[in-house]
Formats: sequence, structure tokens, C-alpha cells
Amino acid sequence: MSGEAAAATPAEAGDAPEPELLHGAPVARSGGQLTVHPARDGYLELVAALRGDGYWVCTDLCGVDYRGYGPSRGLPPGVSPERFEVVANLLDPTARRRVRVRVQVPEDEPTVASITSLHPGADFHERETWDLFGIHFDGHPHLTRILMPDEWEGHPLRKDYAVGRIPVQFKAPRSAR
Amino acid sequence: MSATDLDALDAALEHLGRDGSVLRMSETEAEERSGYQPPTGEGLGERMIMNMGPQHPSTHGVLRIVLELDGELITRSKPVIGYLHTGMEKTGEELTFLQGPTNVTRMDYASPLFTELAFSLATEQLLGIEVPERAQWIRMLMCEVNRLTSHMLFMATNGMDLGAVSMMLYGWREREELLRFLEKVTGLRMNHNYIRPGGVAADLPDGWRDDLLATLEPLPDRLEEFDTLMTGQPIWRERLQGVGVITTEECLSLGVTGPILRSTGHAWDLRRDMPYLRYDEVDFDVLVGSYGDCFDRYAIRLNEIRESIRIIHQVLDKMPSGDYRIQDKKVTPPPRARIDESMEALIHHFKIFTEGFKVPEGEAYVAIESPRGELGCYIVSDGSSKPYRMHIRGPSFVNIQSLPHLMHGGMVADAVAIVSSVDPILGEVDR
Repeated sequence: MSGEAAAATPAEAGDAPEPELLHGAPVARSGGQLTVHPARDGYLELVAALRGDGYWVCTDLCGVDYRGYGPSRGLPPGVSPERFEVVANLLDPTARRRVRVRVQVPEDEPTVASITSLHPGADFHERETWDLFGIHFDGHPHLTRILMPDEWEGHPLRKDYAVGRIPVQFKAPRSAR
Repeated sequence: MSATDLDALDAALEHLGRDGSVLRMSETEAEERSGYQPPTGEGLGERMIMNMGPQHPSTHGVLRIVLELDGELITRSKPVIGYLHTGMEKTGEELTFLQGPTNVTRMDYASPLFTELAFSLATEQLLGIEVPERAQWIRMLMCEVNRLTSHMLFMATNGMDLGAVSMMLYGWREREELLRFLEKVTGLRMNHNYIRPGGVAADLPDGWRDDLLATLEPLPDRLEEFDTLMTGQPIWRERLQGVGVITTEECLSLGVTGPILRSTGHAWDLRRDMPYLRYDEVDFDVLVGSYGDCFDRYAIRLNEIRESIRIIHQVLDKMPSGDYRIQDKKVTPPPRARIDESMEALIHHFKIFTEGFKVPEGEAYVAIESPRGELGCYIVSDGSSKPYRMHIRGPSFVNIQSLPHLMHGGMVADAVAIVSSVDPILGEVDR
């Protein structure tokens, strides 16, 4: 199985011979937690392969905007950082283990494959990520805003989206005693 | 562990995709097509779009469900959320790690301590610290009391939704007694900000043990009363049994956890399966159902109250003495008495509350078992005193996706029972 998946992302394997590979994607560990860093076009295949390995549940999927992030991001060699990252947390309920899939998504083309065909539960998560980060999920059945109103402009969780402030008018106390 | 395999999961995946229970329609279009459309000769039996909520009493807040009806039957449906969205994840990026719990505690307002716990555990994982033994047991104790209040709230609202109005009063009464204990310890009935990175905010007050025992003492009898009032009642069973059925494979595909997953017969409880705190040192049962219907979900929550009481009694026996928070000058403020005598302690105190403590860069995902399922917290830190990204995986947010599948082919009247049995907390859904 790992041979087939490795063939799907030959560029990754070629670029970085040192790191540990899982289905052809470089692996890192962050505080004891396993993270996999597939290339953007190998993401869906990797999630499919992991599902075959027993990672049946996609517990969580969210976006991160790394714009202006100072320190190194703990990426294994061979993975070039991009502005956005889509993080999917997969759970293997039989072996009781978790893996985190981190995909780099470039700013100029914020598109990544949707995993709703494998994990229908990622539906809301992907809509939320689209809504709040503007990351487009290819193949999602109904990618619309979920938390913000339909007509909202902008994607609030992006780092260049300022925290809005609405002036609050306080009334003067009715009696000054 | 049930005998699920990949083939069964694939079958469920195909089934979920095929049966077309999810309505994909924009909110505006649903608005336009909603309301009564008089049937014409040709169009008799045409499907009607109906909006349930967001101001419907049984939607537990502001959940709106767009229902496509074929007469009395629900064919497709779509939960519409976001009415309570206040950008708490964005706010979380503006608050220090010390202020973070005040924010996240407002997400799941029925079980606030769990969100605080998930946030604190994720922060502590990044910090690489382990809180003292006593703090861990206090956290467990408080979380289990909170689980009781949350399930009592479910008992109350579930009863009210289904017409057992007296149950509403009873559930609320018990919850209030338990909240009184939480108030005594944390100072607040809800939104406690009690569990913080590094431990808990304060030690248990004098006399907490007697208070808690006195609060717990009547509960077993009251639960018997609940059983008499509801579990054995033919009307109650008629209303819930066989309604809103879901399978293990569907739950796993949808990421649905908590009592809904357990009601299908799949014993999955993070407290037992991936233990955190000291849950591996207490003895309790993971309750499962067999049909995955509304009745199973009700019965599981009712009996989880009994299991939580069991856990609380064990925690009472095992509660160690010691510190209630880590004595790390960089993370927790010094004891009040030290501030009077030490300039350094004063500086630490000042620094922690003005700029907060710095958390090493990295990212961490921590999941705990909240009353509603897997509650996860994903934090990315850039080495400063504020999270670079803070994401909460709310169990209700995911569980709500099961609504279309639970409702598909059911009656309109059952929609209320189904929403109630999923027990969503909209504060956590919308964040």
C-alpha cells in the first residue's frame, strides 16, 4: 500500500530523502504527536491511504494563516512553507492513535482538494475554513459561508483582517445626584 | 469495540452519499421558497420547504433547520448555523494564554469547564509542563460535576421538548443544586474560568467534601424518579424508540462522537480509550446502546449521570493533598503572601498579569471527552504570550451534521425529538 501512495507523490520523495515517509509524504513529530506533510496534489490520496490504514474518523479540519509568522514551523525538510495551511486531524479508533495532516496552501491559489468524499463529516469544517480563511475546497458539494452571513465580504480569520471595533455609545447617567 | 471494518465503512459512505438526506440550498433560496405553497392540480404532493427556527423553542438556541417536506415526511434537511457567531477564535488570538479560558469558557455554556480544560491541556502541552497531582484530581472532580449539570440540563430540555414538562422542573432543580457547588468552588455558576494553564484558579474551599456529598446524596433517588417518570413510560418510549436511527459506520464517517456514537453500540469514550488527567485510575463503565435511536441516547445520558457519580465518589477517596497549581514562576502567579515580602514575586505577578507568559512555538491538538463528544483544542503558538491560532473542535458543531441523516424519512413531529437528542449547544457550534 505504501508503494502505491509513494508513486503518487514522486517529487516529494525525491526532494527529501532523509525524513521518515508515510505513504510518500514526509513525517514530523510535534510534541509527541504525529504530523504528515503531503504535497497539495497528494493530499487526497494520502487521506485515502490513511483511511485504509484505519484512520476512519476525521475529527477536525481547520485552517491556519501563517502570514507574518516568525519562527520556524516545524516542517520536515523538503516541505516549503506557504501562507496558508489546512490541518486535518484523523483518528484511528481501533488502534487509538491520531495523525495530523498539514497541507501547505499558497496565497495566490488558495485551493485544496476536498476530503468530503472520504469523510462526509469534514463538510462543515471545510465550509468553515472557506468562510473564515477563503481557502477553496475542490470537489466540496456545497461550499458556502457557514458562520458569517451570505453577503459578508472578506475572510475574518485571515491575519490581514483586522479585529473590528464598533464604537459603543454610553449614555450619560440620568441623574448626577 | 464493535466489529466495524473498512467495507462496512465504505458501504455507509456510499449510503450517506446516495440517500440524499442533505439539502444543498442557499439560505436566500430557502427563504424565497419557504412558506406554504398551495398545491395545484398537477403539483399535488410537490415538496415544500419549511424553515424551523432560528426562533423555535426546541432548537436549543438559534439553530435553524431548513426542512424539505413531502406531506408529513421529512425528505431532506439542512441545518443553518452562524446566528450566534461572535468570532471567538479571532478573539482568542487577541487574548493572552492566561486570559484565554475566559474566552473559551463561553463557547459551550452548558459545560464550560471542559472547554477550559481542553484549552489548558493544549497550552500545557506546548509549555511542556505537567500540573501537580492534586490539580489533576480537582480538574477531574469539577469536570464530572459539570458533566452532571450538563446531562441534567439535557434531561430537562429533552423532557420539555417532548412534553414531559414536569421533567423540565426536576432537571433544572438538580442542575441548580450542582451549580451551587460549582459556584461555591469557582465563584460563578457558569463561565467559571476556573481551570487555567498551570492548574486551577483556587484550591477547593473549606467544607467542599461535605457540601458535595450532601449535594450528591439525593441524586440516586432522584434518578430513580426520572426512571419512573420517563424510562418505563409507554408514551415516552413510543415517542423515542426507533426515532432518528443512525449506525456506527455513519457516525464514524460523519465524525460524530459522544452519546450519539455510543448509542450505536460502539464503545468509544476518550476518558477510557485515550485517557487524560487521571481517568485511567478510576473505575467506570462506558455505556452503549444497541439501536442508535433517540431512546438510546436518552438512556445513555441518564446512566452516564450514574457513572459520573461513581467517578466523583472515587475522586473523593483518592483526592491527594498538595498544590492546586504548578509552582512555576513563569506560568502561575506567586502566592499572595509572597508578594508582600518579595520584590521579585511582585515583579513576576505583575509580568504575568500584564504581558502574560510566553509559550514556546509549535502546535498541539488535545482532545477530551465532553458531555457531547470529542472536544478538541488546536493551538499554534509563535513563541509569544498570545496564541497565534486557537481553534476549538466543538462536538456539537460536528454532531449537528448528523441531523439530516437522522431526520431523513422521519415525521415532522420527530424532528423536535431528534434535535433534542443530539443535544447541541449553539454557543459551541457557532463560536
